[in-house]
Order: sequence, then C-alpha cells, then structure tokens
Amino acid sequence: MMWASWGEFWAMGGYGLYVWGSYGAAFILILIEIISLKRGQKQTLQRLKRMKTWESE
Amino acid sequence: MSIAIFKYAAPMNFYHLAGRMIPWFAWSAALLTVIGLYIAFFVAPTDFQQGEAYRVIFIHVPAAWMSMFIYLVMAFWSAVGLAWNTRLSFMMSRALAPTGAVFAFLSLWTGALWGKPMWGAWWVWDARLTSSLILFFLYVGIMSLWSAIDDPRRGDKAGALLTLIGAVNVPIIYFSVKWWNTLHQGSTINMTKAPSMASIMLIGMLVMVFAVWFYAIAMSLIRVRGIILERERQTEWAAEILEGKA
Repeated sequence: MMWASWGEFWAMGGYGLYVWGSYGAAFILILIEIISLKRGQKQTLQRLKRMKTWESE
Repeated sequence: MSIAIFKYAAPMNFYHLAGRMIPWFAWSAALLTVIGLYIAFFVAPTDFQQGEAYRVIFIHVPAAWMSMFIYLVMAFWSAVGLAWNTRLSFMMSRALAPTGAVFAFLSLWTGALWGKPMWGAWWVWDARLTSSLILFFLYVGIMSLWSAIDDPRRGDKAGALLTLIGAVNVPIIYFSVKWWNTLHQGSTINMTKAPSMASIMLIGMLVMVFAVWFYAIAMSLIRVRGIILERERQTEWAAEILEGKA
C-alpha cells in the first residue's frame, strides 16, 4: 500500500485539487453523456412511435 | 470478408450488429476503467519530478488521444460518405462527434489543471494548447452545422465537408511539440524510441486508453442506432421495431 492513510490519498501530496478536479470533471461529463444519451434515445423512440401511429391512421 | 463489409453497410444489418456489440464494448470499458484507475492510484509510484500531480496523465493523455482519434475516424467516414454516398458513413460521423467533443473538452480541462501546478499557468497560447482548443471548436462547429440544417442529406454533406477541412488541424496538434517551441512537454511515447516513462505508468496509461476507446465505441454505436432508426423509419424493418414486433 502506497498511502499511509485515506487522508494522504485524498491530499495527493498537496495536488488534490488538480488531480481530483481532473478525474471529477471526467466522471461528471461521462455521467452526463450517458444519461443524456439514454434519455435522448428514449425520446427519439417515443417520437418515432407517435409518428408511426399518425401515419397509419 | 468483403461480403461481410457490404452486408453491414446496410443500415438494417448494422442496426442489429451494433445492438449485439454494445454490451461487450460497454462492459470492457467499465472493467478496463476499474483496472486502469487501480494502477493509476494504487500501483504507479510517485513521480520523482512532479510528485502526485503527474497522476493527471492517466486521464489527460487518453482523453487527448481519443479527441484526435475520433476526429480522424469522423474525417474517414466523411470522405467515404462524400466519395460513395453511403448513408451509414454519414450517420457514423454524426454518432461520433458528441463523444469526441467530450474528450476534446476533457483534454483541455485536465491539461489546465495539470498546467497550473507545473507551469504556474492554467492556460498559455502555445501551439499545442491552441490547436487543441481549435479541435474542440471544430467539434462544436460541426455539430451546430448539423443541427442548423434541417434536411439530413444536405446536413450530412455540409458537415462532412467541414470535418474534412478541419482534419488538417489534427497533424498540427500531433506535431506541434516538434515543430514549435512549446511549453507543453514533448511526446511521452513515439514510434522511434523507447517510451520516456516507467513501464507501470505506461501500462496504466494504455489500459486507460483502451477504456476510453471502448467507451467511445459503445457510445457511438448506441447513438448511431438511434440515427438509423430515425432515418429508416419508413422502411418495413424499422416499422416492425417501432411497433414492437421485432
């Protein structure tokens, strides 16, 4: 184990802001991309289904 | 082999193939991320020059590489689409762009957070950073162009043209650290000499590169399926899916 404690791990030798700011942003952006893609797919599918029902009427 | 390629150039076949491939890529990406982050934070030693700050490399380099690589793939599909007028090529290009933009932004963001403690500046207008910023603007510009043109086929062509023109920026980014005196460090890995970093750091970085690679593939396959369904909604097979029969 390289880190003496969790406190040391989060501190990153004094560079915590920079290291966690990088990984945090990556995590949040990827999460946003996944969620918005899923939601977008769902909306597209519903819209296309609605269009289908109109066309068949 | 060539028969298989032609088969999957048909949107219907590709729609189903993509559907089967997505879980594999998504789960590989998740697994590799866990392994990569474990190496990045618990195996790779402290850097003797940069201390712990260097650990940004495990996200910065994969994001930066992926932002350039996705752009090249988009340029490839744009060229194929313009040359042979293949519908699926343009759809692939559209499906890749948002993920490329995410990585382009992340490369700038993580670069700024790495630059501040190492160079004393969040941002400098050197060749590497400026050309990376242009790459991000290209992604945003291409996506705005697509959303501004209602006719999908015309939008495809206009977007492909802009993508190809902007492709000249990618080699500029790549070689910028060689061609100009930049504050940005030279390439850590290149083809001609041994990598200038400890091998466990290199392994961790490569694992993360594959993780973002598979992530990008999974995301763009999910996106392209939506685009295919939308464009093909008049066809029988798409209608069957929309009616819940298939």
